[in-house]
Amino acid sequence: MTFWLLLTVNSVTFGGLLFLLSAGFSLIFGLMRIPNLTHGSMFMIGAYLGTTLLSGAMGFTVNFWLAAIIAAVEVAILGALMERLLLRRLAGQQLAQVLVTLGVSFMVADVCLMGWGGDPISVATPPGLAGFVRVGTAVFPLYRLAVIAIAVVFAVLLWLMLERTRLGAMIRAGVDDPQMARVVGIRVSQLFTIVFALGAGLAGFAGMIGGPILSVYPGLDQDMLPLALVVVILGGTGSLLGSFVGSIVVGFIYNFGQALLPELAYFILFLPMVLVLVLRPQGLFGGQVL
Amino acid sequence: MTSQATARRVAIAVGILALIAVPYAIGEVYYVNIASQVLLYAIFALGLNVLVGYAGLVSLGHAGLFGVSAYVVAYLLAAGYGHTLAIIAALAAGLVVTAGFAALALRAIGISFIMITLALGEIIWGLAYRWISLTNGDNGISVAARPAPFGLSLASPRGFYDATLVVFLIALAAAAIFVRSPLGAALCGTRDQPRRMNALGYHVWMIRFWAFMFSGLLTSIAGILFVYYNEFISPQALALTASAEGLLMVISGGAGTLLGPVVGAALVVIVKNVVSAYVTRWNFMLGAIFVAIVVFIPEGLVPGAVRLTRSAWRSAWRSAGRAKSAASIAGPKP
Repeated sequence: MTFWLLLTVNSVTFGGLLFLLSAGFSLIFGLMRIPNLTHGSMFMIGAYLGTTLLSGAMGFTVNFWLAAIIAAVEVAILGALMERLLLRRLAGQQLAQVLVTLGVSFMVADVCLMGWGGDPISVATPPGLAGFVRVGTAVFPLYRLAVIAIAVVFAVLLWLMLERTRLGAMIRAGVDDPQMARVVGIRVSQLFTIVFALGAGLAGFAGMIGGPILSVYPGLDQDMLPLALVVVILGGTGSLLGSFVGSIVVGFIYNFGQALLPELAYFILFLPMVLVLVLRPQGLFGGQVL
Repeated sequence: MTSQATARRVAIAVGILALIAVPYAIGEVYYVNIASQVLLYAIFALGLNVLVGYAGLVSLGHAGLFGVSAYVVAYLLAAGYGHTLAIIAALAAGLVVTAGFAALALRAIGISFIMITLALGEIIWGLAYRWISLTNGDNGISVAARPAPFGLSLASPRGFYDATLVVFLIALAAAAIFVRSPLGAALCGTRDQPRRMNALGYHVWMIRFWAFMFSGLLTSIAGILFVYYNEFISPQALALTASAEGLLMVISGGAGTLLGPVVGAALVVIVKNVVSAYVTRWNFMLGAIFVAIVVFIPEGLVPGAVRLTRSAWRSAWRSAGRAKSAASIAGPKP
């Protein structure tokens, strides 16, 4: 019983992390119509930058949360630069844009390998959250519960931003119909930069938040990108609710698969995606057919 | 026979003779092996080009197809079966998995097609990597010996080169016949105007499906050559990087041209081997070349070179013509 409970908590935690990662992926996909193949790289850069800040290698030390926020801002700036300098040159050529993000993801992986070496870097759990919560016979790591809380807070904030602000309304308009959005005076290309930076920043933040659970290692990007892909195919593009539900589902499948059938964990992970593609190509909550 | 056809035949004969002469010309075993690699990756690129260039469907999962046949060969040989059975089973498995890929991925086109093939490729990679009892995980499977078809040993680099060359020429001829066939023409039609093709009564899905199968066949053949060349297979050969390398060969050489992928394969294999002799940052180079080609010469090296030489010729011709007309104006002065 305790085993199942712990597995469930781990699944929800992982789902929360995946939500932080894939919300941006889904928004970028919905707005720009391209899968950003550097999204896993953004996750990894965020984690690496955060650990560097945390270790005090920059000459000063910051606490965990500040490190996560600074890393997120830095990754957001990187994302904005990439959108402005590379993707903007190829506006309208989606295939070329995808190939460019693929090329950049290889470059980022190699630069990280050069900069941070090949050994995994473990990230210390922030002090105050290193303890456990005891519920009956079960013991839950406090940090994992905190990650769930963070994911829920971000989900609410993102929802409020999309549904209740002017910017959110413009993004929704851009997702629904970019041409009409342009006609009514929304600068859609400017939205591209904003959403790209926002998505990259969220991914970078998720990387650092995930650090104490996953640690940081070369290849983390290639581990996370397919997960984000599955979440978005499951949930549908450009839908916040879709990426939330998709993340939780993938979190469960991934953790239960790892625990029960480790050899086929990957296969089981992609199975629901195949089912969705066959039965409901637009995703569970997406408006547009993928 | 027109002079153009004669010229083409002569060019083909010269090309084949040059390829046969390659090992004699370079001699050194290391370079003969690189030449074999170029040819086997050229077959892979030819297969991928059928989809990318002629069907307009960009696949990022082809390394998975490549790996299936390679793994089947390695697994059956390790289990004690003969080469003939292993190769036939590998081709069959490759085609079955290709059919599965096609059935799922062809539900979409464009960007979604890329995402689905990427995910499917990752599944195959994940199986190779994690299903340790079947695939030996990260340690891979070794192949004890290369086959000796018709009593000709492939153990030496030169012998293997010759065998690879024969397979390559057959694959190239098959690709040429496919492209010029009615099916190939229809495929280009579905790439450019799928709705019109549909209205004309063509079964767009079925045309794409057969193109995918042909692509998978060439890819499986390349996978079999790959496992015999290395006498080893590990999940590395199935990773997304490998799919991206194949795509780079196709688009760097020129997607939708017959010889572009061959040139691209030569470029990528040679750069990879030369660069890795000096710097260890091959992945960075791969990414940088990718970005540079997509941004600056999106049509690829072969059409790009043709365009540049043509415009150079044209401007040279024009300036010559201008000089001539200037002379003719200046000429009839009394």
